[in-house]
Amino acid sequence: MVSQLTLGERQGALCILLLLAACGLLMLGAGQNDPLGVHGGIVMLFGVLLIFVVISGYFAPEPGTDAAGRYYDDPSKVGIVLAMLWAVAGFFIGDWVAWLLVYPEMTFDAAWSSFGRLRPVHTTSVIFGFGGNALIATSFHVLQRTTRARLPDQLSPWFVLLGYNLFCLLAVSGYLIGITQSKEYAEPEWYADIWLVVVWVVYFLIYMRTLARRKEPHIYVANWYYMAFILVVAILHIVNNLAIPVSFAGAKSYSLFAGVQDAMTQWWYGHNAVAFFLTAGFLGMMYYYLPKRADRPIFSYRLSIISFWGITFMYMWAGSHHLHYTALPQWVQTLGMTFSVMLLVPSWASAGNALMTLNGAWHKVRDDATLRFMMMAAIFYGISTFEGSFMAIRPVNSLSHYTDWTIGHVHAGAMGWVALITFGSFYAVVPWLWKREAMYSARLVEVHFWFALAGTLVYVFAMWNSGITQGLMWRTYSEGGTLTYSFIDSLVAMHPYYFARAVGGLLFLIGALVGGYNIWMTIRTAEGVKPEVLADLPAPAAARQASTGR
Amino acid sequence: MAVGERDAHTGHMTTGHEWNGIKELNTPVPKPVYFFLAATALFSVVYWLLMPAWPTGSSYTKGLLGIDQRQTVAEKLAAASLDRASWTARIAGESFEAIRADPQLMTIVRETGHTLFGDNCAACHGAKAAGGPGYPNLAEASWLWGGSPEAIEETIRVGINSAHPDTRVSQMPAFGRDQILDRDRILEVVAYVRSLSPSGEPAADAGVLAAGRQVFLENCASCHGESGAGNTEFGAPDLTDGSWIHGGSLDAVFRAVYGGQQGLMPAWEGRLSPLDRKMLVLYLLDLRSTEN
Repeated sequence: MVSQLTLGERQGALCILLLLAACGLLMLGAGQNDPLGVHGGIVMLFGVLLIFVVISGYFAPEPGTDAAGRYYDDPSKVGIVLAMLWAVAGFFIGDWVAWLLVYPEMTFDAAWSSFGRLRPVHTTSVIFGFGGNALIATSFHVLQRTTRARLPDQLSPWFVLLGYNLFCLLAVSGYLIGITQSKEYAEPEWYADIWLVVVWVVYFLIYMRTLARRKEPHIYVANWYYMAFILVVAILHIVNNLAIPVSFAGAKSYSLFAGVQDAMTQWWYGHNAVAFFLTAGFLGMMYYYLPKRADRPIFSYRLSIISFWGITFMYMWAGSHHLHYTALPQWVQTLGMTFSVMLLVPSWASAGNALMTLNGAWHKVRDDATLRFMMMAAIFYGISTFEGSFMAIRPVNSLSHYTDWTIGHVHAGAMGWVALITFGSFYAVVPWLWKREAMYSARLVEVHFWFALAGTLVYVFAMWNSGITQGLMWRTYSEGGTLTYSFIDSLVAMHPYYFARAVGGLLFLIGALVGGYNIWMTIRTAEGVKPEVLADLPAPAAARQASTGR
Repeated sequence: MAVGERDAHTGHMTTGHEWNGIKELNTPVPKPVYFFLAATALFSVVYWLLMPAWPTGSSYTKGLLGIDQRQTVAEKLAAASLDRASWTARIAGESFEAIRADPQLMTIVRETGHTLFGDNCAACHGAKAAGGPGYPNLAEASWLWGGSPEAIEETIRVGINSAHPDTRVSQMPAFGRDQILDRDRILEVVAYVRSLSPSGEPAADAGVLAAGRQVFLENCASCHGESGAGNTEFGAPDLTDGSWIHGGSLDAVFRAVYGGQQGLMPAWEGRLSPLDRKMLVLYLLDLRSTEN
């Protein structure tokens, strides 16, 4: 990997890593009596390890000028491997906490293994570790192909990918030792947040610089979505994490917002994280890999436009539906609810655009599990956006809020949509990136598909049952006008569903293990290596090859 | 200007753009999309007109229906308490004996008491009031502070070793840690105390028991009574009923004598209404009478 960098880039990498290691040392020194010190140690170690990696390849010969005529895919390859590692780890922790809800005494009497600490390790690992790495890896791949321009340099993509993973590492290690700012999906503390801002700005600039040098006259839909994902996530992250550190030598900080303003900011962030991280980014993925794999044109360019602007505009308003019937003024709840209802139309338009694109390729969906992953993802996207709009309606929310229905809804989206579209895209892109004829085993892709689908269905059905049972038990009154069930009665009623949920999660985890093995074997097995094809080259090189007839 | 081509399968034209082999059809937006966009927008506009919706600087549009969520909750609470008024007044006003003799009222006590106990007491005392390690069994064992309805009501009101000004206070000294008794004396008294309850274990040596009894009379009897039957004035547990709050094993009893005990129960005045507390008393008394 290092041998692909120019000498200047190797020197730049060393400078950045030395600076990073120095920052780690500073944190270690300043935070001696604080969890911050532990994170300083992790940052320093991360920097030092990478310094060794760079030095080990420092004296390798520089790449020839030939390299500039190819797309730069090394960060995408590493990103995909990292995404699969985070997936397996995150699913494992997720299933662990699912079993913890069935057998609550399974904590070994340790603080780190309590539900409250392990649960954010699960959410961060799957959303940011798995989802984020998948988005970064595929966005670099899609961006280059659809602009026919190479990434602007070879250092900044590595900075983004590895810097982002350092953020994820700080996040999950922090939860285990008790570092959190107690904002759901925004738990990491101020220094990790600042680091992510730096990484994210570089990510944004890579996108802009590549788009500016594009050889295609038009910007493809996938890039609209990837751009919306990068830009809006930056805004959300910065605003929701505005906080004052108690001390620069400590991890703890206090949010700039308080009370209901804090709650509103948090859920404006939280819901738009769903919108722009888990929806927009993955729609970008879908808009490239689905038509590519199906070998069909996108059903309607016009529908793409309506969906894109509908989704980006309306999602921004929807966050307050997380705070129905709370201290939040009712007019804010009204706006959240109505925009959530209107949001259904562009959401379904996107799902419909994807499914209609498969017209003329349904026989491939039948035969090709990779394409079926993507098709099923579009269906789950449709199901969960309908469910989301439905649950945002106040009277419905009065039943569903605080129940497992919410958990079921989130997982229909996360497992059914986000994970399935990612696995489908990975199975498509891995052979392309590593220049193989196909995946190591098509059968194992098929096996993964059925495990993933079964796991998702078991999980979602268990949580629907559990959530609606809970919601109904909490509002059942006896003849005398008092509540019939105590909370613990409803908890006892949840037990079989929690068991089923944990089994569903286990199926999903097994599927991911099969997928990880298949991807690994595809990379390791050198059979079926394909020669370079014209479509794999950016504009100038492709033109040169075409003219020389090579 | 890129020129489109016709897609053979759908018959639609493409836009003429191509990215890495991906083309787009120029299919018109299906009519239902416009219809549902309009329908949901119309729904929203109507909803905005009827309900509180848009901010207007320092205020907001109140909506034609004049609905306000806080007011709605207040009204619903008022209506609910009116619904319950038929029996709440009777339970609040009548004596414990009278209520317990009225099967109709006791049905309500059992229903309501179940949720009250489940949501407030079960976390420590267990869903069936059978207690757990460190928490007294309320369903069977002797009462620490007296079993009359009034005594139970007072315990719930002020708690034990709580922050309430009238709290019940109870502390067993740490005989070992504070060097009141040496290890051998503690082992003797533990053997004696354990012999007061039926344990199924072989009785200890008679000499040890006699020595233990002496230690007991000198150090423990002032609170637990000469017979060890406890004293509800100090909340000193009955040591003869076979029920152990902190466990009856040799090890557990030794630890209690060595390190002392100081249980803690929160005060419920201010968290539960007098009516709720009274119903909990009735619920517990009923639970014991039906269990035994």
